[in-house]
Order: sequence, then C-alpha cells, then structure tokens
Amino acid sequence: MINLATRPKGKRVQLMATCLCDAFYDDVARATVEVLEHAGCEVDFPEGQTCCGQPAFNCGQWPAARKVMRHTASVFAGDAPIIVPSGSCAAMMFHGSTLEFEGEKDRAAIAQVGARTWELGDYLVNGLGIKEWPGEFRAKIAFHRACHTRGTPSGAAVLQLLQSIQGLEIVPFGEEEQCCGFGGTFSVSFPNVSTAMGDLKLEHLRAVHPDYIVSGDMSCLMHLGGLAEREGQPLKTLHFVQILRDALHQHHGQATH
Amino acid sequence: MAKQLIDTYVAELPPTVQKAVHQSTAATTEKRYQLLGDDYADSDGLRKLAGAIRQHTLEYLDTYLAQAEESLTARGAKVHYAVTAEDACQAVTGILQAAGITKVVKSKSMVTEEIHLNDYLANQGIESIESDLGEYIVQIDGDHPSHIVRPIIHKTRGDIARSFEREGLGDYNDDPETITRRARKFMRGKYLEAGAGITGANFVTADTGRLVLVTNEGNSRFCLAPAKVHIALVGIEKVVPSDADLSLLLNLLGRSATGQQLTVYTEFINGPRRADRPSGPEQMHVIFVDNRRTEVLASDCKEILRCIRCGACLNVCPVYRQASGHAYRSVYPGPVGAVLSPLLAGDKFKELADLPKASSLCGACNEVCPVDIPIPDLLLRLRNRAHQEHVPSPGTPPMAGFALLGSHPLIWRSAMTFGAAKDYLPLDRLPVPYLGAWLKTRTLPKWRGGKFRSWMKSRHGRNGGGGK
Repeated sequence: MINLATRPKGKRVQLMATCLCDAFYDDVARATVEVLEHAGCEVDFPEGQTCCGQPAFNCGQWPAARKVMRHTASVFAGDAPIIVPSGSCAAMMFHGSTLEFEGEKDRAAIAQVGARTWELGDYLVNGLGIKEWPGEFRAKIAFHRACHTRGTPSGAAVLQLLQSIQGLEIVPFGEEEQCCGFGGTFSVSFPNVSTAMGDLKLEHLRAVHPDYIVSGDMSCLMHLGGLAEREGQPLKTLHFVQILRDALHQHHGQATH
Repeated sequence: MAKQLIDTYVAELPPTVQKAVHQSTAATTEKRYQLLGDDYADSDGLRKLAGAIRQHTLEYLDTYLAQAEESLTARGAKVHYAVTAEDACQAVTGILQAAGITKVVKSKSMVTEEIHLNDYLANQGIESIESDLGEYIVQIDGDHPSHIVRPIIHKTRGDIARSFEREGLGDYNDDPETITRRARKFMRGKYLEAGAGITGANFVTADTGRLVLVTNEGNSRFCLAPAKVHIALVGIEKVVPSDADLSLLLNLLGRSATGQQLTVYTEFINGPRRADRPSGPEQMHVIFVDNRRTEVLASDCKEILRCIRCGACLNVCPVYRQASGHAYRSVYPGPVGAVLSPLLAGDKFKELADLPKASSLCGACNEVCPVDIPIPDLLLRLRNRAHQEHVPSPGTPPMAGFALLGSHPLIWRSAMTFGAAKDYLPLDRLPVPYLGAWLKTRTLPKWRGGKFRSWMKSRHGRNGGGGK
C-alpha cells in the first residue's frame, strides 16, 4: 500500500464524486462539496471523471480495470489532494491500483495519483486537522464502518467527528466488524451468500432501533437499504457527510432533512 | 444461468449446520479479540512482526531448510524430502515396513489430510487411527474436516452420539463428557498397540532442530510415549529460523486459534531416544513435504506460505460462516483455503478457481491474521489469473462495456442521463441475469444520474468556483 502519511494536505482539492453518487446519490456528492467548502476548501470537480474501475478489478478483469484507471489518472492530473466520499473507491485509488499495475510501465504515474487520494473523513480529520464538528443533529444512529477502511485512519476519524455533534447518539450493535455482504459484483455472482450476510447485518442493526444507518460508503447502504426495502421494512440510511452538512444547517437554524 | 458452486451450497446447507458454525466461529473471534487486547498494548504490531519473520523465512527458505536438516540430523533424527503427496505416503510406508509396523496412531495434522495419508495406509494394510477427538469422529464417519482447527465444527452432539453408538462405543449418549470418556478409553488401547506415532509439526526451528507440537488433548504426547517410531510430516514452509522466534509465534498461535494464551500442551521434541534422553521413540523421522509449495513460493501469492494454520481467518470470515468448510471442496477451507487450495491444485487450478471469487473482499481475514497475510490481495491476483486463463466465472458480468464507458467521459455522461429510463422499465422482467440476481432480494434506488453534475455547473455559474 502507498504510504498514507505523506499525502498532500492543501485546501484546493479535487473531488472524486464516485460513480454511485453520479448515478444515484447526488445529495451525498452535494453534501461533500458543502462540507469541504465549510472546512475552507476550494473544490474542483474534474468533469471527465467516471469511475475508479473497481468493478472490473474485483472481477479479476484487470486489463479492463486498468483502462478505466488510466483514464481516471489522466482526469485527476496535478498535485492537489483528491477527496472521495467512499472508503472503497479511495482504497481502490491508493491500494488496488498498485496491485493491478504490477509489472506495468506506468505503475509509478498511477501510484502518484493514488498517493494524493484521501477518503473524505480521513481528510477532514487528518488532512485538515478538524477535531470536532459544529452544529446539531438530533438522532440515534448506528455507524457501519465500511470494510475497505480497515487498516486506514478513516473509521476512527469519522467517529470522532460524529461524536462531537450535539444531539447525535451513536449506538453500538452486534458483530460490528462483519461485512454487510455487498462486495461489488459479489452481490450478484453470490446472491445467496450476499443476501444472508446482509440479513444478518440488518438483524443486528434493527436490534438497536437506530433512526438512521450511517456509513461512509453508499455501496453498503445501497445493499442494506435495498434489502430492507425489498423485505417491506425500509430503513433510513445516510452517508456521514449528509449528517455533517445537516448539522451545519441546524447550526444556522435551517434543516434539510 | 450457471451458478457459483459455493453460493448454491449455501442455499442448500441445513440451518442447523449454519447455526453451529456461526455460534462457534463468532464466539472464538470474540475471545481472540478480547485476549489479544487484554494482553498486549499493540497486538497489531506483533502481528506485523510475526508476518515479517515468516516472510523472511520464506525468502531464505533454501538456507533455513538446509540448516534445519543439519540440526535435526545432529539430534539423531532422520530427514526425508518428499516432492509429491505420493512420495510422502511412500516414505511413511517404507519406514513402517522396515520396522515391521502394521498399526499406527496419528495426531492431528493438516499436511497428512492434504496427502490423504490415512487412505494410502489403509490400502497398504496398515491401521491408522486418528487420536484427536474431532479427527477421530471425522475418521469413523468417513467424513472430512470442515475447519483446520475444529474439524467437526459442522457436527452436533447428537451426530457424534449416533456415530459412537454405530461404532459400538456404548449406547446413545450425547453428553460431551461421556463421549470424551468413551473415546479416551478406546484410544488408550490403541496407543499401547501402535508401533509408530505419526504427527505433523507446528514449527521446526532451523538453529536447534526442535520440532514443536501444540495440542489441547495431549494426544500427540500419548502417540509418542509408547511408540518405537515417530514420523513427523512437515510442510517445508513450517521452518522458522530460531528458537527465539517461537515465543512470538506460539503466543500468537494459541490466542488466534482458540482464544487461549497457550494451548494445554506445547511439546518441544528434541530427537529420538538417546543416552542423555532415555525416553521416547527409538527412531525419529522428519519428512519435509513439498507437494507444490515450491511452485507457490515462485508465484505472486507466496505470502500464503506464512500461514501457521490458526484458523482465525475462517472464524471471522462472513462467507465461511455461511458456507462452512465443505463448501470449499478442498482440505483447506475459508479465506486461507481460497488462496492455498487452488495453488496446491497445480494443473487442476481451474477446478478450484471459483474459490477466490467467494469473498466480498472485506479484509477481515487480513485484520485477524497473526502473520499479516494480505489475503484479499492474493484472492484478487488469483481472480486475475483465472481470467487470464479463461476460466468461466458464473454470474460475473463481462467488463468490456464498463471499460468503454469508464474511459470515455462523453459516453459516460450520456449513460448517466439515459439511465433514468430504468425507473420506467419493468426491471424485474428484463432478461438481464445480473440485474435479476440483485433485484430478487434488493430494490434499486431511484436514478439520479447527472443531477449532481448539473448542480455543480449551476454553482459554477453562480460562484465562479469549481469545475474545469
């Protein structure tokens, strides 16, 4: 893995919105811009961006994955920090890319892009040095630490920010370290295992009656939310950045949720 | 549409087995976590150190293996090398026949499972009895272990009581203590009859030639106490440089495997009977087994040979918890097996190339591994290899179209806009297999493609900041 300690920390940043936010979760991408701007950043959104290529990478179809990654690397030129509201896509940028480019001539150039990439929560806390978040959000939440942030500072960073928000209660639940069962294309190639894993996660989450299931990855939430809705017992889900944004608005007396 | 074998297996697995596996694995995972946290300020650092020691050993395995041979020989043991499983089985038979032995007892060893030693010995007319309680039950049932540390994790007390009744070990009784007492009584007779004890090895130290065995039942010690001959089958990767490395590795092994600070028995075997060592077997043979390990060592997945067989990755793995061990169709199940089994399969790689796919790549296996094996990375490399070798992968979408979209922003943006059509189509009735697999148990969110981009543009106009 790329050395995460040496990533750039400047306030002019490039936003990688992720393909899921591009297709389904525009509010998460909007909240990311607003939160970054609140933190004093100037947010650049390179319009040529598509996806980090992880679906093809995880399928073992690395030539296809490299094609997408090469495009992504060319779109995110420069030396600014690249901020991603997804632990999974961030890990693809700073770790997966180094694997799929083993033995490729342009590995160093690709690694240079990965070495500028931050997961959003990690960047707010460890890049910008924000220790607490202002505002208020009155709710009881369960925080699902997305698996691709294992071994990175992201999980602790997000919790630190959420814990500092007034009115927000974070409830622990059973087997928190377990995966939700999404796993990208795994969710369709192993639908029985994926669904069983998700059902187990939902059982633990429902047992603590949270108002919202919160995560830093919309893919986990798409899977869990989709399962719950199909079962006829929908659950409300939020990306943590939506809470950060809404807490600010509460702070100024206007709610968006 | 063709299905992934493990996914089908899960759908058909009885809920009782799933429940037994889940309860046991979850409880052990929790115990491991508590104990490591209570005992060490930086258990993660220890894992990484142990990983570095094991990786170093692999990088210099030629040196350490030769040194281990020299040290073992100096202690009076005879060292053999077996390139294939067949070679290993033949070496065992040769030793037994030379000593005129027809009955042996075995302690638990995964490498003997790997080379199917018991079947081989039975064909040679040699009685071989497993002395580990779990392995004994597997043996009398003609079954296979479904976990590398807890071979009968898939069985209930009732299953075992019925097996004992069938074998004439007493009337039906599912009280665990009664079952254990009966096995013990039966086993004591077998220990005394056996001419040889066959064991594996958890570690062999290169500097002193010490062979280390850990058990909780003390059965390996019983196997060796009355036997004239000790045969140890040892994967070539089990060597560690020095006795000093054992403190770290043993401390991590017990905690990771069973949530114990140390297993009940830890044996350090220093060679056969000698003038200064008046007890124990007269002969000690150590058979170093390759069985394609050198191929693994030469591959881009060699880190898997760091494995010390603790089973922590099985216990924490959400897929193993759903599937249990037999779903993996090989001796090594779970995350470690999903990497090791296809590699050890050699030219039958394709038959097990689906195992590395059976993972959400959640990384829990790496997080608990006492020797820090990057299992998800290895799974990914094997997926890439399977794709390169054109192994069909049921249920996996082809990615050429995705690559085209993902590398052409104009087409991508159009697709984002036109994707909205999905909200007006009867998706569940479209003949798209991947979509069907999703929609069977999950809904899809409403399409919002391009909305963020328009919002960003409108702000750009307003604020003069943002995109290029």
